[in-house]
Amino acid sequence: MSDLTEAVADATVVVCCGSGGVGKTTTAAALGLELAFQGRRVVVVTIDPARRLADALGLPDGLGNEPTRLPLPGPTGNGAADAEGGELWATMLDTAATFDGIVRANADTPEQAERILANRFYRNIAGALSGTQEYMAAERLLALHADPRFDVVVVDTPPSRHALDFLDAPGTLTRFLDHPLFRLLMLPTRRGLKVLNIAAQPVLRTIGKVVGGEVLADAIAFFQAFEGMETGFRQRADDVLALLQAPGTRFVLVASPRRDTVDEATFFAERLHESSLGVAALVVNRCTPDFGTPAVARARAEADLWANLDELAAMAAAERRQIAEFGPQVGDAPVAWVPLLPADVHDMTGLHQICALLFDATRAAG
Amino acid sequence: MPPKRLESGGFLSATRLIVVAGKGGVGKTTVTAVLARAAAATGMRVLVVELDGKPHLGTLVGDTPFLALSAPDALADYLQTHGLARVAKRLSSSGIIDVVATAAPGIDDIVVLGKLKQLELSGQYDLILVDGPAAGHAITFLLSARSLLDTVRAGPIRTQATEVLEMLGDPARCQVVLVTLPETTPVNELIDTAFTLEDRVGVQLGPVVVNGVDSGPLLAVTDRTDPALAAAANFRNSRRALHAAEIERLTELLALPQVHLPQVAAAGLEAHHIDTLAAGLR
Repeated sequence: MSDLTEAVADATVVVCCGSGGVGKTTTAAALGLELAFQGRRVVVVTIDPARRLADALGLPDGLGNEPTRLPLPGPTGNGAADAEGGELWATMLDTAATFDGIVRANADTPEQAERILANRFYRNIAGALSGTQEYMAAERLLALHADPRFDVVVVDTPPSRHALDFLDAPGTLTRFLDHPLFRLLMLPTRRGLKVLNIAAQPVLRTIGKVVGGEVLADAIAFFQAFEGMETGFRQRADDVLALLQAPGTRFVLVASPRRDTVDEATFFAERLHESSLGVAALVVNRCTPDFGTPAVARARAEADLWANLDELAAMAAAERRQIAEFGPQVGDAPVAWVPLLPADVHDMTGLHQICALLFDATRAAG
Repeated sequence: MPPKRLESGGFLSATRLIVVAGKGGVGKTTVTAVLARAAAATGMRVLVVELDGKPHLGTLVGDTPFLALSAPDALADYLQTHGLARVAKRLSSSGIIDVVATAAPGIDDIVVLGKLKQLELSGQYDLILVDGPAAGHAITFLLSARSLLDTVRAGPIRTQATEVLEMLGDPARCQVVLVTLPETTPVNELIDTAFTLEDRVGVQLGPVVVNGVDSGPLLAVTDRTDPALAAAANFRNSRRALHAAEIERLTELLALPQVHLPQVAAAGLEAHHIDTLAAGLR
């Protein structure tokens, strides 16, 4: 059993984090496949609207908000595939549909839910509030974690500006609810004031001057309709946070051996450390392979081949130095080096190969 | 059909504001820096702007002027210069910018675009190069002007959105340069983004920059070649073949000129790498 296998073996939630373009989606799918080979019922959640998971799995019609079960490839003889009962499912987050579902579940009456869902300000929040996507991903994680069909949930986090946004997500909405403006907007219904009077409050008048009166009226109507739902939302946010901090939750950092992605992953590792969470493993994709040392002497006739080998060896060495900078942040976590592949993964067979590379290539950090 | 190669001087002097866009990991920041240095080397007055909190860009462009622009700063600046100083003070003192941006999403983007428009109109620079927002955010960013016209019916923000839209629609003032790697997924995503930007934003697309291209003669291997040398040669040949095939596919699927930047053998680029790449463009 490799170190990486051990790092995720008893997990109930695996969160893959890293910056864009490092193969995060493929890594999440490969981890899911390995866990399924170990006999676990796995669901992989992707938030990526670019349909990379669907592409990686060779699903031309894409994935929906409802999990789809995927056929597992045959046993490989490496022992892992012999386990019975493993299942692999995949789903793509629909942010707006998930948010609508939470509103319906928390509303006191169907009328209240409809009033909110039809509000233009709500549609803006559901579609574009920064952090909404991350928050809904966390929500979805909670729902799938509680779903009796699955033993483990593997999350491919959104390709956000900072991978950190996902960790901050549960707090986004509560911070919003705690904002003085929200409190101000909630006030009027309690006092029985009309929208017009509320909009006359100095701070709101100021905002109205900038964004226009209609936007403001929509916002006020939203907050009035939202009244009474705060408690449910706060409870959800607390539950998500608790799940992210649970012992069965593992964070896998995904990087490529380049300075910018290493910087991003280091930042994330530090942040996890601050929250008393650890890095379970580091996956380094797109590494220049090690071709070993030739058994023959340098010959002028093969100068181009030697030059090529030297160039690739220098590149591989530079990459290893880059990853070595991780040292203290990753601690004892296993590091898996995955070589740069000749082509992108676009079906289950390709994913199976990645899975083998990922779990065979694990070695101790440093 | 061979890819259309382009002399950089041509497109760099064809417009005054270039927004560099592309998905994460394709080297958007590198390309911004290279284009900036190439333009500056021809004597143009160049300003480099970053929007993403990546001050690293500033260290790559040597003595070329550099500006880090954030939405709250841009909003405060805008309100100040439009006779709304008191509003600005109140907004920032109560920390309400987040909520304003939530009330009408895109306001944070529009004030940034508004600031870029102001710089473009100032005549201080021949070319402003912007390291655009990462990943899918680029489309939302550029679409913000159009979406705001639907939600905001009056007030200074509407005026701002109208003016930004005028700039985006004028190729002599603004163009978008898309960046990709010569690999399958990035090329697919670039093509999607290109069509979305043309259809929905109506902005002129400049040449596509293909970053990190590995090219060179085929390395010949025989049965008697040492296994390590042969494996390394086969690896390199297959990478080069993939890059060539993806460039050909891009050429077939997207009728835009291309600029190719060669792969650099380093795990992280420094200012001297950027200047070498920029010199190669001329």
